[in-house]
Amino acid sequence: CLENTDPRTRGRGIQLLSQVLLQCYSQLQEKEVLHLVLFYESRLQDHHLVIPSVLQGLRALSMCEVLAPGLAVSVLKAIFQEVHVQSLLQLDRHTVYSIITNFMGTREEELKGLGADFTFGFIQVMDGEKDPRNLLVAFQIVRDLIAKNYALGPFVEELFEVTSCYFPIDFTPPPNDPHGIQREDLILSLRAVLASTPQFAEFLLPLLIEKMDSDLQSAKLDSLQTLTACCAIYGQKELQEFLPSLWSSLRREVFQTASEKIEAACLAALHALSACLSRSVLSSDTEDLLDSFLSSILQDCRHHLCEPDMKLVWPSAKLLQAAAGASLRAYHRVTHSVLPLLLEQYTKHPQSSQRRTILEMLLGFLELQQKWGHVEEDESTLLSLRAPVCSVVFSALTDPSVQLQLVGIRALTVLGSLQGFLSSSDLELVVDHLIRLTLHEEDSQSSEAAMEAAGSLAPIYPKVFSGHMVPRLEEELQAEREEGSSQDYCSLRQRCLQALAAVSTHTSIVRETVPVLLQHLRKVQKGSEAGSTQDLVSVCQSLHRVALQCQQDAEGCWYYHQTVVPCLLAMAVQAAMQESTQPLLGKALLEEEVLAAMIPVISAATTHLSPELAAQSVSHVVPLFLDGEVSFLPQNSFPCSFQPFQDGECLEAQRRLVALLMAFVCSLPRNVAIPQQERLLRELLALSCSCNCPFTATTAAKCFAGLVNKHQGGQQLDEILQLAVNRMEPGLAEGPRRTQALTLLLWVTKALVLRYHPLSSHLTDKLLGLLSDAELGPAAADGFSLLMAESPDVLHKGCHADVRIMFRQRFFTDNVPKLVQGFHGAGPDVKANYLKGLSHVLNHLPKPVLVTELPTLLSLLLEALSCSDRVVQLSTLSCLQPLLLEAPQIMSLHVDTLVTKFLSLTSSPTMAVRIAALRCAHALTSLPTTVLLPYKARVIRALAKPLDDKKRLVRKEAVAARGEW
Amino acid sequence: GPGGGAPLENANPLIYRRSGERPVTAREEDDELPDSIDDREIFDLIRSINDPEHPLTLEELNVVEQVRVKVNDAESTVAVEFTPTIPHCSMATLIGLSIKVKLLRSLPERFKLDVHITPGTHASEHAVNKQLADKERVAAALENSHLLEVVNQCLSARS
Repeated sequence: CLENTDPRTRGRGIQLLSQVLLQCYSQLQEKEVLHLVLFYESRLQDHHLVIPSVLQGLRALSMCEVLAPGLAVSVLKAIFQEVHVQSLLQLDRHTVYSIITNFMGTREEELKGLGADFTFGFIQVMDGEKDPRNLLVAFQIVRDLIAKNYALGPFVEELFEVTSCYFPIDFTPPPNDPHGIQREDLILSLRAVLASTPQFAEFLLPLLIEKMDSDLQSAKLDSLQTLTACCAIYGQKELQEFLPSLWSSLRREVFQTASEKIEAACLAALHALSACLSRSVLSSDTEDLLDSFLSSILQDCRHHLCEPDMKLVWPSAKLLQAAAGASLRAYHRVTHSVLPLLLEQYTKHPQSSQRRTILEMLLGFLELQQKWGHVEEDESTLLSLRAPVCSVVFSALTDPSVQLQLVGIRALTVLGSLQGFLSSSDLELVVDHLIRLTLHEEDSQSSEAAMEAAGSLAPIYPKVFSGHMVPRLEEELQAEREEGSSQDYCSLRQRCLQALAAVSTHTSIVRETVPVLLQHLRKVQKGSEAGSTQDLVSVCQSLHRVALQCQQDAEGCWYYHQTVVPCLLAMAVQAAMQESTQPLLGKALLEEEVLAAMIPVISAATTHLSPELAAQSVSHVVPLFLDGEVSFLPQNSFPCSFQPFQDGECLEAQRRLVALLMAFVCSLPRNVAIPQQERLLRELLALSCSCNCPFTATTAAKCFAGLVNKHQGGQQLDEILQLAVNRMEPGLAEGPRRTQALTLLLWVTKALVLRYHPLSSHLTDKLLGLLSDAELGPAAADGFSLLMAESPDVLHKGCHADVRIMFRQRFFTDNVPKLVQGFHGAGPDVKANYLKGLSHVLNHLPKPVLVTELPTLLSLLLEALSCSDRVVQLSTLSCLQPLLLEAPQIMSLHVDTLVTKFLSLTSSPTMAVRIAALRCAHALTSLPTTVLLPYKARVIRALAKPLDDKKRLVRKEAVAARGEW
Repeated sequence: GPGGGAPLENANPLIYRRSGERPVTAREEDDELPDSIDDREIFDLIRSINDPEHPLTLEELNVVEQVRVKVNDAESTVAVEFTPTIPHCSMATLIGLSIKVKLLRSLPERFKLDVHITPGTHASEHAVNKQLADKERVAAALENSHLLEVVNQCLSARS
């Protein structure tokens, strides 16, 4: 058969042999391989119909480990000589590349023995290749040729030509391409070839310069990114000749482009060029190109910095900063020229807006200095300009323009972070400025920026801030003021409180500020001023911020916990006792708003405790609530005993403090054992079902749920849950406390849904059942929002709750079919409850999941648009809006209904609904044009009406939507 | 335009800062209270129109300013003056047309619009104003699909 005269038959014979070899090449003996190689080589001269099978056989042999030395070279020579690769089919060309790749992997030394002939042979093989699949392999071969130092000999330019002819890559994968090759794959692969050797530089750089001027944005971008890649391996020798053209292209692009992408790529390329020149080792007789390169940049950009109103000022500053940021040497060279100029321009331009631009540029250069860390004494331009720089920055801080102040504050922060730059007298001035801006600057933006600046500088200079700033703030806080309006005084106190928190960024400062804040809290509580509730809340907010800032530092965290938690508890207990004896005093501390503000403080002080310290603390706090053990509180002589879980009218105030217990005990790490946990759970359960005060009952339910969520699974947990179900069920069925029972049901369900507890489905079914309840239905529907949303104080990851990541998807899968079914079976008066429940679930579902589930729910959502409940309308609209953007094809099927409903909802009496409906009408424009065209005139006409809406926010959406249509 | 290679009429124009987004007030969030259409609202409609030549907005080039916008909500009138960057700016009509189209699309029909060049800032001020005031010519200009495309580009959101 192999010798048959018909080439087709011969081909089939060889094909069979090759197939066999591909199966068993690893078992061949050296002699057999030799024989086969000689046979196949001779077949390369055969009829062209036979060649594909011959190549398959050679590919099998190229994988043989026992291939005798010399044969690889012989095979390649034969291929190079006998086969015209580019006239083969794609698959057969791919086979040739595979043979070469295989040999390069195993016979590197032998192949290198061929010298540049191998390179030349390969160039001929790939010359004219068109298929992207083959190109990826061919580019990889070229990369290996270069990376593994194969001899290129006189063929460098040919090798460059045969690859660079594809630059810039212009390839769009066909739709439904099964090979999955992306344009980006080819771009990166070719870039790796072109930027692999400095030997290509003389050919590549002119090409890049030419393509940077292309009309195609993608070609520009590719050229710039390739240039950046090249700079990593080039030296000044390669760049020298082309620097002037490169610079003028980059400058032209940055000065003219409207695209941020192009600008960023240009700046990156300039940065890379400057870095490359900075890195080059100079021989004694060569000129330092960095110097002349930077000179030309300075020459072209410097004068634009003197025109702070003109368009080119920022492009010029960015170019200079990109070049300066590449190395310390470049930085010195540029700043030596630019910094004095900017300082001079600042003085020359008196207008605030111009000064702001100049200072922003200066700030850019200062930020670059930060990159090099400390300021070097001998070389630094900046150090020699310390006095004028400081005076410019300080002058900005006293300017009436807030915008200029803000830049000044940022500059101050940067100067402060440069180690050794500010002298101690400068520092005191800095702190004085920050205090003045913090307390007395009218604009709140500047005041807040000054506080943040103090916060970031305080850890660097803790002594200066604790010695100067904290005492000043304390003084202001304590000062009793007669003159001036009480409102000014109030806002001054607010600012003091915020500033005390902001500056608490170092342990030593925290030890100063926390006592000040606590003292102020006591003072406000004792006072009888009208606004004291708000004041108490403000102190708590500041305490909360401090807590967050010292969480990461174990020592600071324990100090904070030990100082703040007992103090807050003592004050609250004290107030609760006064309440039971003298109902008028100290009441503010027990208001819901204030207790709610204390919860995050205690929680943040607890979540990051080590288990040992947390255990120490829990051994005090739980007995306080269960047994009235007050001995650990800082002031512990009270008129009566603390019994929050006892019955009794006069103990109502004490019971409210369960909120503080919740904040503490629900924030503990999961491995901290809670003493008397079962008893505590029973007490909480009883309180949640029996208490008439909604705040206390809800808090007890949350606390119970928070503990149950973390409770170890097993019999004990099952018992306590059974107990809860037993109390809940009769409460839900009838009686005066149905609402409390529902609240408990919701929180316990949430606790169990989060941890995938088996009982959760039973409880969820109960909740679903309540949707048809005339009295509790609407509240049960809103409860679905509580189940799905992140709760701020308990049952979230931050307080170590057991939260499975997919719980929302799981809840959706388990319960949405039931909701839909319930909707269809429900009476007309309760249908809305099901829609509302569904809306809440959908609202909290990740959008990708929503889009895949859409087809089954769409008809229901469309029905929900006709529901008169505005919560349902609103959440349905907010569900549909992203779907319009992400699944236009499916939505197109319902365009008629959607247009009608959206347009009718644009005249809803509720502003939020009108806004949402207009956003949906806007999102409709992402459907295919052909779908929209029949509606265009009608929609544009209908949208004219909301243009005259009485609310500005509605008009704004109407303008956007109508403009798009 | 940029990238096309033709030199710009005014390559390094004076630029102005953009005003921030109008802060939303508590009053605006109140469902009950009506908000009248004021100068700032009209200015917000036109300030982000793109200049046909530069990658900048009319506000950044100071072509439009809030002080040159006058609205009377009760009488349903709006007057906008715009200032070309240079007296011979060949784009003045196009800019005026863009402003006019934006307002036509964005304001209730009851409004009577007057868009014209700030007196004394353009060589062919009178001719441009006349074109912009002529309803039929504006309508005819917008029938021209090429012109409409350019206008829409000026009105499109920035990439």
